[in-house]
Amino acid sequence: MNAAWVILGLLTLAGAVCAMSLRNLVHCLLCLMASFLGLAGLYLALSATFVALTQVLVYLGAVSILIVFAILLTRGGATLGSGLTGTMSWTAGIGTALLVLGGLAGVVIWGPIAPTDAASDPTVRAIGERLMTAYVLPLEAMALLLTGALIGAVILAMPDREAAATRPEVREPPMANAGKPSVPGKDERGGEA
Amino acid sequence: MVEAADQVFVALKQTAVGWFPAAGQPWVSALLTVAAILVVFPLLFALTTVVERKLLGRIQNRYGPNRVGPWGFLQFAADGIKSLTKEDVVPAAADRVVHFLAPLAMLVPVVLAFAVLPVGRNMVACDLDVGVLFFFAVGAGSELAVFMAGWSSRNKYALLGAMRAIAQMISYEVPLILSSLGVIVVVGSLSPVAIVEAQNQYTGWVPHWHVFTPWGLAAFLVFVIAAAAESNRSPFDLPEGESELVAGYFTEYSGFKFAIFFLAEYLGMFAIAGMGITLFLGGWTAPASFLTWVPSWCWFFLKLGVWVLVLIWVRGTVPRLRVDQLMNLAWKFLLPLAFAAFVAAGLWLFLPTATVRWGIAALLVAVPYVLLARGLTGAARRGKRVYRWAE
Repeated sequence: MNAAWVILGLLTLAGAVCAMSLRNLVHCLLCLMASFLGLAGLYLALSATFVALTQVLVYLGAVSILIVFAILLTRGGATLGSGLTGTMSWTAGIGTALLVLGGLAGVVIWGPIAPTDAASDPTVRAIGERLMTAYVLPLEAMALLLTGALIGAVILAMPDREAAATRPEVREPPMANAGKPSVPGKDERGGEA
Repeated sequence: MVEAADQVFVALKQTAVGWFPAAGQPWVSALLTVAAILVVFPLLFALTTVVERKLLGRIQNRYGPNRVGPWGFLQFAADGIKSLTKEDVVPAAADRVVHFLAPLAMLVPVVLAFAVLPVGRNMVACDLDVGVLFFFAVGAGSELAVFMAGWSSRNKYALLGAMRAIAQMISYEVPLILSSLGVIVVVGSLSPVAIVEAQNQYTGWVPHWHVFTPWGLAAFLVFVIAAAAESNRSPFDLPEGESELVAGYFTEYSGFKFAIFFLAEYLGMFAIAGMGITLFLGGWTAPASFLTWVPSWCWFFLKLGVWVLVLIWVRGTVPRLRVDQLMNLAWKFLLPLAFAAFVAAGLWLFLPTATVRWGIAALLVAVPYVLLARGLTGAARRGKRVYRWAE
């Protein structure tokens, strides 16, 4: 147990606690990201460099922005919700946490653990080779799922053509986009940004 | 002699480290490396601000700064002292903690990114096996910092600027990373040092830089455009758009916090240009085999200087894009072109003979380029150009 573990563990835990207990949604988001950063540091301390960097790239770079858009496009960050005050939510939360902890602990304690020899350093090359040979089917299934989600999101964001045909067009300025087919979804996105 | 000039900084550091007891040597070594990065690149930033203002002045037919020091080249010192002595105003409605943390959250990832850039032979702060991934991972952190700055200011211009910046950075990060993927596949490594080494060969006197291959040229063009957008440089400076948004996400910052945003923006530009140089322009390698006697770090900083000068030139001559044009360019042009370049790079690896792979890779890049460009500019523009007022 060295200093790095203690500091990173405290950062992760404090971030998680703040993310659950603060009132302002944007503050919660920032604390959650601090927690993820601590988690990435823990991976780094376990010399799983690739996992740590992917954690930063995906969670701090992409998921945080997704949550930002979700917060700002819905009710706004400054809403004062009731928070975790009801006994129901407390018991449900603790129950879920215990369930996850039990499941993970069970796998760690009783599951088959691959022999770890010091020579096998999990480099990116090794990870890539495993992903492309032994685990290619789960990878493809994941890709299919993500593609499906992407297409679904595009369909949800597409404006209803029949409804748009009955309405007179007002949004389009006369000179802009002359001769260019307007892209469904994209204009809205640009407008928000 | 040549070797000594090339390794002069490495030798200096080793001598300095040798003065300390063995127990402290790793710490001293790390500190010296960090200090070098923290001195060289901010100094480069200071010089760039002056050069940029003078060049923009020349492009716009005026003098630019010419009062402080010889030819105005000490202007950066005056600006620095001015911003240090200014009052630090925090808006009454602002979220004080986040408002304070945002400039730091902006600067730290940018400085971290320099850790993996090889600025010369044996001159890299941290030779990571996954250096390129590290670079893009820390770069992703600055988006959240931009949002923190814009949101905590409680100012609608700041928030609008932040949302624009985030949308732009997210969109252009995709072609940026995809364009560098081809290089990683061809070299077979994520380490910037290995990528530079792979380009350190010569056929005749022409170096094996990736930009001199068809797929590399296409990927390089995508990278340059996406890098300019990623560092919010003109013509992609909509997040600041001073005619619309005052100053974008750092509207409500004054004094030294404002200077930190400015510094972070320029350091980000240097870092991403340095990564582009490493990936496509051969890093610290010489542009011709008969020039290898020039120290390697000279080449890196020369290439960086040229890159920055081109960005300044573009800023002085190209008008700012509209938001929809910005998104169209990213998603309908750069992204498919980056995919085409990636496929061409993959084929390049497996096609044996030089002429066949040059032909196929060039075709795979040129055809999508023409088609995408036509699709982007639209069918309406394709006719004969008509001058409404000039005839």
